[in-house]
Amino acid sequence: MSGPNTDYDPVEVTALQAEQVTAMRDEALAAFAAAGDLAELKQARLDHAGDRSPLALANREIGALPPQARKEAGQRVGQARGAVSKALADRTAVLEAEAEERMLVEETVDVTLPVVRRPRGARHPLTLMSEYIADLFVAMGWEVAEGPVLEAEWLNFDALNLGPDHPARTMQDTFWTEPADDHLVLRTHTSPVQARTMLERTPPIYVICPGRVFRTDPFDATHSPMFHQVEGLVVDEGITMAHLKGSLDHFAARMFGEGITTRFRPSYFPFTEPSAEVDMVCFVCRGEVGAVDECRTCKGEGWIEWGGCGVVNPRVLAACGIDADRYRGFAFGMGIDRSFMFRSGAGDMRALFEGDVRFASAFGTDW
Amino acid sequence: MRAPVSWIREYADLPADLSTDELARKLTALGLKLESLERPGAAITGPLVIGRVMTMESEPQKNGKTINWCTVDVGDANGTGDPQGIVCGAHNFAPGDLVVVVLPGGVLPGPPGSDGVEISARKTYGHVSAGMICSARELGLGDDHTGIIVLEPGSGEPGEDARPVLGFGEEVIEFEINPDRAYALSLRGVAREAAMGFHTSYTDPCRREVPAANGDGYPVRVEDAEGCPVFVARTVTGFDPRSPSPEWLRTRVRLAGMRPISLAVDVTNYVMLETGRPIHGYDSDKLQGAIVVRRAAPGERLTTLDGVDRELSTEDLVVCDDSGAIGLGGVMGGETTEMSDRTSTVVIEAAHWDPVSMFRTGKRHRLTSEAGKRNERGVDPTICQVAADRVAELLTTYGGGTVSPGVTVVGSPPSPSAITLPVGLSARVAGLPIADADVVSNLRAIGAEVSGVETLSVTPPPWRPDLRDPYDLVEEVVRIVGYDRVPSVIPVPPVGRGLTREQRLRRRIGRTLAGLGCVEVVSFPFVGDETFDALGLQADDVLRHAVRLSNPLSSEKPLYATTLLPGVLDAAARNLGRGATGVALFETGTVAFPTNRGAAPVYGVEWRPTEAELQKLFDAIPAQPLLLAAVLAGERERDGWWGDGRAADWTDAIEIVRGLASELGVDLEVRQTSRMPWHPSRCALVCIGDQEIGHAGELHPRVCRAYGLPRGSAVLEIDLDALMARTVEIPPAPIVSHQPLAKEDVALVVDATVPSSEVERALRAGAGELLESIRLFDVFTGPQIGDGKKSLAFALRFRAPDRTLTEAETGAARDAAVAAASSAVGAVQR
Ligand SMILES: [Zn+2]
Repeated sequence: MSGPNTDYDPVEVTALQAEQVTAMRDEALAAFAAAGDLAELKQARLDHAGDRSPLALANREIGALPPQARKEAGQRVGQARGAVSKALADRTAVLEAEAEERMLVEETVDVTLPVVRRPRGARHPLTLMSEYIADLFVAMGWEVAEGPVLEAEWLNFDALNLGPDHPARTMQDTFWTEPADDHLVLRTHTSPVQARTMLERTPPIYVICPGRVFRTDPFDATHSPMFHQVEGLVVDEGITMAHLKGSLDHFAARMFGEGITTRFRPSYFPFTEPSAEVDMVCFVCRGEVGAVDECRTCKGEGWIEWGGCGVVNPRVLAACGIDADRYRGFAFGMGIDRSFMFRSGAGDMRALFEGDVRFASAFGTDW
Repeated sequence: MRAPVSWIREYADLPADLSTDELARKLTALGLKLESLERPGAAITGPLVIGRVMTMESEPQKNGKTINWCTVDVGDANGTGDPQGIVCGAHNFAPGDLVVVVLPGGVLPGPPGSDGVEISARKTYGHVSAGMICSARELGLGDDHTGIIVLEPGSGEPGEDARPVLGFGEEVIEFEINPDRAYALSLRGVAREAAMGFHTSYTDPCRREVPAANGDGYPVRVEDAEGCPVFVARTVTGFDPRSPSPEWLRTRVRLAGMRPISLAVDVTNYVMLETGRPIHGYDSDKLQGAIVVRRAAPGERLTTLDGVDRELSTEDLVVCDDSGAIGLGGVMGGETTEMSDRTSTVVIEAAHWDPVSMFRTGKRHRLTSEAGKRNERGVDPTICQVAADRVAELLTTYGGGTVSPGVTVVGSPPSPSAITLPVGLSARVAGLPIADADVVSNLRAIGAEVSGVETLSVTPPPWRPDLRDPYDLVEEVVRIVGYDRVPSVIPVPPVGRGLTREQRLRRRIGRTLAGLGCVEVVSFPFVGDETFDALGLQADDVLRHAVRLSNPLSSEKPLYATTLLPGVLDAAARNLGRGATGVALFETGTVAFPTNRGAAPVYGVEWRPTEAELQKLFDAIPAQPLLLAAVLAGERERDGWWGDGRAADWTDAIEIVRGLASELGVDLEVRQTSRMPWHPSRCALVCIGDQEIGHAGELHPRVCRAYGLPRGSAVLEIDLDALMARTVEIPPAPIVSHQPLAKEDVALVVDATVPSSEVERALRAGAGELLESIRLFDVFTGPQIGDGKKSLAFALRFRAPDRTLTEAETGAARDAAVAAASSAVGAVQR
């Protein structure tokens, strides 16, 4: 403040003197700081920032001052009020944050409480296994082919080089429909899908056919009248047994892990020639010395029977109208149920078909 | 096929140090798959000796059994030389017989899995029994436990080790023989493969000088040369039927899995095992006149050796004499000419039969025999004389008598035709380089005659009727080269199209159902009248018209399913029975409905059927739509610390159907209907437009009781093919307006019988284009509303794409909606 004010108005107001204003401001700030909660702060606000607060009253008096004094007094009071409202806002924010903190603590729950209002659904592991296998081949560019379960005898047998008097027909215990001269069966393998595919498409053919099949086996831990097979069929120029081996090695490795390869043993299937049984390296002991003798999975063999395969018999190509001089094919087939049981360690086939939710629920909805 | 290793070695000059494991491995790699490897007697330790029964006294016991108290001479084997006292429960022996005795301290195999049974002297039935007289089963020699083993006289002296006589120390490989390798149903065939596998010399047991045919043999006339191309008859006279088979022969027959019976039977079995050629013997004294081979006459009957009186088919090949049929040719002999213990003149038949006839006759009469098994797969037709001669030799060697000089041979073996084989085909098929010379030598190794260079002419050996095509020969070449040498090469297909839309949709449906809390099950599609009764279906219900199986596993379920409901209902009951408090299951699968478009044709396989023929075939196959069924029973939402749960009810079934349709973007309509097995007043007919695709709602209380499910259980079944057909692959994108929403709620009173869906449809139609959504949020009945009435409260949401709607606009749209509902279903706004 400068020296004596020569223009000083005689109507001097004490309340607007600098010391007074400062005191009011400081009282307000102190009251806000002292407020311990929002309720106290509210009272402090009414006392020091409300309409009847000293600063508000002082503000009203500014108009009564001579014009020369108004500006200075207005500035002084305005600054003080600004400081007070900022302090109020700051203190409000602090107290609100504190109040919220307290509330959040009060809202504590026991998050370990179990919450399962509606049990989860699941798809059947055989469905998942079929899709898993299909995807594996689709990724290589193959396609998925399908056919009906109730099938024409000709497609299930004859077209596959299983003539009416073929001894192999007795190897497959077939469900026949009545009357017998309708010539319908519950398909005994997925191979009729091969025949359908060759009848409906022209080579090159690369298809995988997962599906449900039937044999007249009783239902026990290792047999079922209904089970699932997956069949692969390739017909193209220049196809060899090496391509068959390559496809199966890839299949085995993807299904059972890197390093699981296959071996062929000569066998007999009417629709393939040459034919082979497919064994795969035991995925438990891997045939390794020391482990194999103790292995219960492969019974010490080091190998596990997996399926059958071979070069498509040219007679089958002919029955399906494919030029056997130009094209050659290979086919393979294995049990999906069996493969699933290997993968999952399931020991009893009955668990697959009795519909206990505890079983399927273990496998989720997709792999 | 069970092959004793010593017998294999008799014909194949295998290295002395070759282990049986290695032999079995090699033969497996060649295609004769190891089934099991047996070492008879390997589990028996301690004294196992020959004994001679000296005395036996029958002693009836209080428990009804009769035991024999025997004294048995076991030489010095017991250390004293005194007879051994043994209690024996069997009765098939007499004093003087030679038997097998295990003395105290010996260990027998015992039941599978046990460590064996140690034999000790023990007190039983009032005697001290010091050892045991053994049956075949007790020694691990098969299942025969009808009596103890009685050794042939002269088998050995009391006290000698019984093991050599029993064939112990032998190893037997049991093979699984594929139907194309009938030659391996003989030691001749197995040994040939073994010799080939180890590149050693081979002695063919069928290489044998035989006397030429002449007119002095037993008269035979073959009237069906196609069914019986070769018939050889030899006669042995003055044969002693009571002569025992030599122990070595009995042992081999036993090791090969057959039961020694008498010299004549054992010898024919032995020669069949040796050569693969089934032999039949007739009691010559019982034969009346010439032997004739023909097809059976209509109505002709025959009692076969198994004592079954059979009505014959005119396709059956029969062997006859003047009395009529005396045997089913190649399958089983008849009773009237059966050899007995008084037969002294034997007519030996070695004939080649048409495999197809054998197969059909065996199947028709449900007869499986060792002979039939070989004849229907195909036997070497050139060895009939050899086999008959071998039988005659063995019979006279061990049974006395003489072989008559007469040799009857009718017919001649068919000669195999040559196959043309490009020399490089094997390598091209295998994807493996194979030298031309190896192709030729491998084919010769299997007994084929090979000529030519680039194009080979290959005549298969007579014991390989399975070799008919070039590819058959390729298999032979490649298996001998070794399947394990085929390399691994991944084929490269053309670009694939991925899964079809339908395949993807099916996966999506499964995931959606699982997402709605349902667990997938897989059931057997077998049902029966009782199943349909449990579902409460009327006698004329279309679902009862099912495909019938001629050989069902259970006579109660002879039909192929027309609905998936029985499977899911059974599974639901099973889950609840096992303690589940609630269960939600679904199943997708095909069912079948009979077609009336005739039988499925059976075409030839030489060429592709025409399109018209294929169409006829496909048309005859029953329609097999893909269905979805689901059941919800018991707790649907669990109770817990959070509050109450909720039992499944009809709404859950409909929610699932609607949820699935919504996921697939299909507009469903739901109508009230009645249909078993649903509650008659709580059944929804599910439609897409006018197409009915299934039902959902509450299960009929009677059906709930029949399946043991709680009342109120909900079920649904819909046709997925129909649903999938109405889906759109990628729907058009909606326009999402950012304009403000205008809400209008209306409460309408209608007759209680008016379906809410009709009210909603009318409101929707009346509200016009500004309507964004409509939702029924309350249903209310009560005195305020009036009897037979209900109040439905709908929330209408309006929005324009381009502007804020005015109150006047929304009000007008609401009024129009109410007016439409009023005129359509008589709705009155509250
Ligand atoms: Zn293993």
